Order: sequence, then structure tokens, then C-alpha cells
Amino acid sequence: MVKETRREQHLKAPWRGLGLMLLGIPATFVGIWFISVVSMITGALGVLLFPSAARLMRGQADVYRKAIAAWTGVRIERPYLPEPDPEPGIAGRLKRFIAMISDPATWRDYLWIVADPIVVVFTAALPGLLVLYGLWGYFLAAFAGGMIGHYGGSEWYAWVEVDGGYDRDAGRLVSTVVVATVCVAVGFLIGPKMMAVYGRWGRAVLGPTEKSRLALRVRHLSESRSVAVDASAAELRRIERDLHDGAQARLVAMGMSLGAIEHLLDKDPEKARTLLAETRASSAKALHELRDLVRGIHPPVLADRGVGDAVKALALDHPLDVEVTVDLPGRPEAPVESAAYFAVSEILTNAAKHSGAGRVWIDLRHERGMLRVTVTDDGRGGATLDGGTGLRGIERRIGTFDGVLALNSPVGGPTIVTLELPCALSSPKTSPS
Amino acid sequence: MRVVLAEDLALLREGLVSLLETHGFEIAAAVDNGPSLLRALLDHRPDVAVVDVRLPPSFTDEGLQAALEARRRVPGLPVLVLSQYVEQLYARELLADGTGGIGYLLKDRVFDAAQFVDAVRRVAAGGTAMDPEVISRLVASNTRGSPLGRLTPRETEVLELMAQGRSNAAIAEKLVVTERAVTKHTANIFAKLDLPVTGDDNRRVLAVLAYLNR
Repeated sequence: MVKETRREQHLKAPWRGLGLMLLGIPATFVGIWFISVVSMITGALGVLLFPSAARLMRGQADVYRKAIAAWTGVRIERPYLPEPDPEPGIAGRLKRFIAMISDPATWRDYLWIVADPIVVVFTAALPGLLVLYGLWGYFLAAFAGGMIGHYGGSEWYAWVEVDGGYDRDAGRLVSTVVVATVCVAVGFLIGPKMMAVYGRWGRAVLGPTEKSRLALRVRHLSESRSVAVDASAAELRRIERDLHDGAQARLVAMGMSLGAIEHLLDKDPEKARTLLAETRASSAKALHELRDLVRGIHPPVLADRGVGDAVKALALDHPLDVEVTVDLPGRPEAPVESAAYFAVSEILTNAAKHSGAGRVWIDLRHERGMLRVTVTDDGRGGATLDGGTGLRGIERRIGTFDGVLALNSPVGGPTIVTLELPCALSSPKTSPS
Repeated sequence: MRVVLAEDLALLREGLVSLLETHGFEIAAAVDNGPSLLRALLDHRPDVAVVDVRLPPSFTDEGLQAALEARRRVPGLPVLVLSQYVEQLYARELLADGTGGIGYLLKDRVFDAAQFVDAVRRVAAGGTAMDPEVISRLVASNTRGSPLGRLTPRETEVLELMAQGRSNAAIAEKLVVTERAVTKHTANIFAKLDLPVTGDDNRRVLAVLAYLNR
């Protein structure tokens, strides 16, 4: 969102407040439908209709959440408890009904829809109403007041009586204009404040309670845990296979060759010598394979120097021109380092394969408890999280650490991938260099 | 020739000691951790140090750090670093001061005793001995947008061998060409890389490495 100036905020807030008030009209209808369904709950129809009515109300509440986030900057998370997985038959429907009716958020939504039309008048909509009232004052003073008096009507504008002779009484006209001006000025003045108050009210009712926050957290954790377990199991299988087919087989072969050499030593020293040379070559190969395997599990530079230097080393070996800036006063925990390193490695591979980029910039820093990694390339852009480019996999894996991945890749480039992993840094670097 | 040796695996340390002793080196000290390596280097001022990158107590790059620190205090102290892995980053750090007497080899190179001993001697004499793996990666990552991109494949090959610290004769033998051909290649390389030609083999290699390391 583009940051607005204070002036713009003051100018726009009253009208936004009125917009929020108008949102109450469809919301009220939704609320009436919801409460009618609730009143039918004693019958089967009510039970059947309840989930859809609740969902309709949630949609309405989402409109409010979005508007409040856009206009007041107060972000409100969806508070709903996870719905049970869809099951066919009566039992499934009943389960869904029970889950929704016992979710406090459903009832808080209803409270919102009932109470908001009143609250909004005294908070968000108040500035707008004041401004409108001020404008009405100008109309009265200009000509409307005269017309009302002329046709025998009578009305009060604040404490100024509008009746016959109003338009010939300079004192009353001046008071009207003064009151109207004060209303308009106050309306614009208090606009942003009132929006902020409204935002707090929104968060209090539409936001998650402690309980639903915990439930959402539990769901996130169990999901990310199963991803982590799956990933590490797959990784272990790969390592086992590589060891079994590679180094282990080679060592067996070497043992056999050594046995053969033992026999040949006296009979055919020349052949023994050739076999020995082969065995030595084989041992070098086994070493090479083990080395690659270890590099895939945990690169030595990462262990030695941490993620900053490891990414620098990665950049040195990369076919693209990679520039790395690191601003880390210490080292994150080892698992976070490793997750960040492999994520960067995969993003770089993606960039080399798909982006058509020539240059890549990587920026690593620690800010407000977050390890933030930004990878920017000058490629053709158009990367998506669902493009099968493995970005979704990276997102899931850093999700295990509550990390998030943001992708910005307009067609035509550039592509910017940002990772954020919450982590603490260990004691500052004490490297002698 | 006196050697200080640092390797934490007892088996490999003994192996290296006996290997070097059979080739006429004198082992001044054989240590198994970073701090005693630094002490031994400063006390004995050996002709060459053979150092494992990963040493106790931290089991990270302790050996490399000790070697770099010793070279700061004793400029030009010849150090041959052995490692289970070759990392460009480490190679660049070793080469950074550009004074020579540096080697960086994979541990498996000790399998070929003759070549390994040759590398130790070259480093002791102030030359360089870079692992072919490091060199090929240094070259690969430096060919982007640099004069190295102008070299022919054969010249690149010669440059790599040159950077490993081999003499023209050794390069000729390795590539199965005459020494004259190698001389021609090296002259071309120097011309393409804008390096002044000198008669000194050692300076030639250092110039190339300094260039690679830029």
C-alpha cells in the first residue's frame, strides 16, 4: 500500500467512515438471514442451512476486515477455527454444524453485525456525518433555510431555529455558517483518529481470540511438522541409497581387490601392482562420492563459517554473476542457517535454469528478530509459486521454522524472492580475521 | 627440510609423518589442534607447514585461521593446507596476500606420495600448489566477462597447470606436447592477460594467481 500523507488521510477519512457505515446495510440483511436460520435450528432445515448462513456472514465480516486493513492499517486475522474435513452424509453435516455453531467467532461475527451500525455512527462515520451536517448548514444559509421558512416549515440547525424570517436575520445566518464551518473543520480534523478507534473496535470483535489463535497455531505447527518429517525421511532415504550404491559398494570392491592382491603378491607382483593402483583410484572415487554426499547434507563452509560465508562460497561457484552482501552480527541457530542456505541454493539454481538472468544480487541481514534474505535477478520475471519451480517447496520447508517467502516477479522482470525466518543470533562473530 | 604438521586424526598424522620422513623431511613438530599449531609455527619457524583445515577445539576452520595468523606474524611462511574439501573462498583467502609459499590440496592427493612430496617442496621453495579442483573452479568463475574468456581451450588448460605450480617441462609432459609448444602457449597467455613476461617461474605463477584472485 502506498503510504498516504497526513493531509490525504485527513481529507479521505470522513468519506471512508461513511463507506464503512454504508457497509452496514448489506451486513444487516445478512444478519437478519442468519438469525432467522438460527431460529429454525430446532428443525432439520435450520441445521442444514446454518453452515451456509454462517459462511455468508463470514464473507461479510471479511469485507469489513479488508476495508479496515486498507483504511486504518489495522490488520485483522481471520479468527475461525479450522473446519472439519468434508464428510458425506448426515454425520458429516452434523459435525460441520456443531463445529460452526460452537466456534465463538461465529457469534462474535453476529455481535458485530448487530452492534456495528450503532458503533460506527459514533466512531468512523462521525467525521463524515459532521462534514455532511456542515454542508447542510451552508445550504440552509444559502437558500434552503429561506425556502423552508417561506413554505411554513420549521427546523433546528444546532441551536439556530430555521423558520419564517430566517433568511432575513443576519445573526441567525452568521451563526449557521459558523456552526457549519466548525462541523466541517472538526469532521476533517478528527477523521483519522476516529478511524483508528474503529480499527481497534474491529480488531476486538472480528479478530481472533486467544483460543482460536492457539487452535490456528496448532494447525500450522502440525502441518509444518509433517512436512518436515516427510522431507527429512526422504532425505535419509536418499543418503542411505547413495551410501549403499556408492561408497559402500566401492569399499567392498576394494576389500576384495586387496584380498586378491594378497594372493598375487608372490606369484605375480606385476599384476598385484596394477591391482593396487586400481584400488587406490577406487578409494579416491569413494572419497569423492562421500565428499559430495556430505556437501549435500551440510556444506563444510556452512559449518565452519555460517550462512553468510556459505552463501558467498555458493556465489563463487555459481555460473551466474552473483553479488552477495551480508550484514549479520552473529550466527543464527544451525537449523535456521541450514534452511536459509539450502533455500538460497535452490533459488539460485532456479534463477540459472528459468530466469534467463545474467546477474543476481543476494542480500542477507538480520532485522527485528528476522533473518531476511533477498535474492534479486535481472531475468525475464514471470515466476510463480505454482509454476513447478520448487518455490512452493522452499516455502513449505522454511514454514517449519515459521519462515515466510514472498515472490515478486512481474513479467519482464526483475524477480525478487524474499525469505524471512524468525531467529535469534548467537554471540557476535569472534573470528580472528 | 623442517616441517610442522597439524592433523587431528592420529592415523593420518602418523601416516603423514612417516611419509615425509621417508622422503627426507625432518618433522619439527606434529600437533593435533589449532592453538598448539600456531605456537609450534612461531616457535619452530619451519621451512614448511602442512596443515589440516579442520582442527580442534572448534572443528571448523581452526587450521586455516592458525595458518593465516602465522603468516601475518611471519610473512611468507610457507603453508600447505590439506582439506577434505576445497573451497574457493578459502583458496582466495590463502592467496590474498600474494606472497606465495601457499598450497591448498585435497587430502586424497597424499595417495600419490611422489606428487604430494613434490607439492610440499614447491611450497617450501615459495611456489604454489593449488589443487586442480580449485584451479578449474577459480578459472571457471573468472572467465565471465574477463580477458580469460579470450583464451583458447588449450591455453586455459596450460594456464590451469601453470597455476597449479607446474614447470613448463611438467606441463609439456602432462599434455604430451613439446616444451617449445608450452612456451608458445604461455607467451600467448601472458600477452592476452597483459602480464609482463619475466624469466622467473615462481613470479609467473604468482602473477597468474593474483590475476585469478582479482
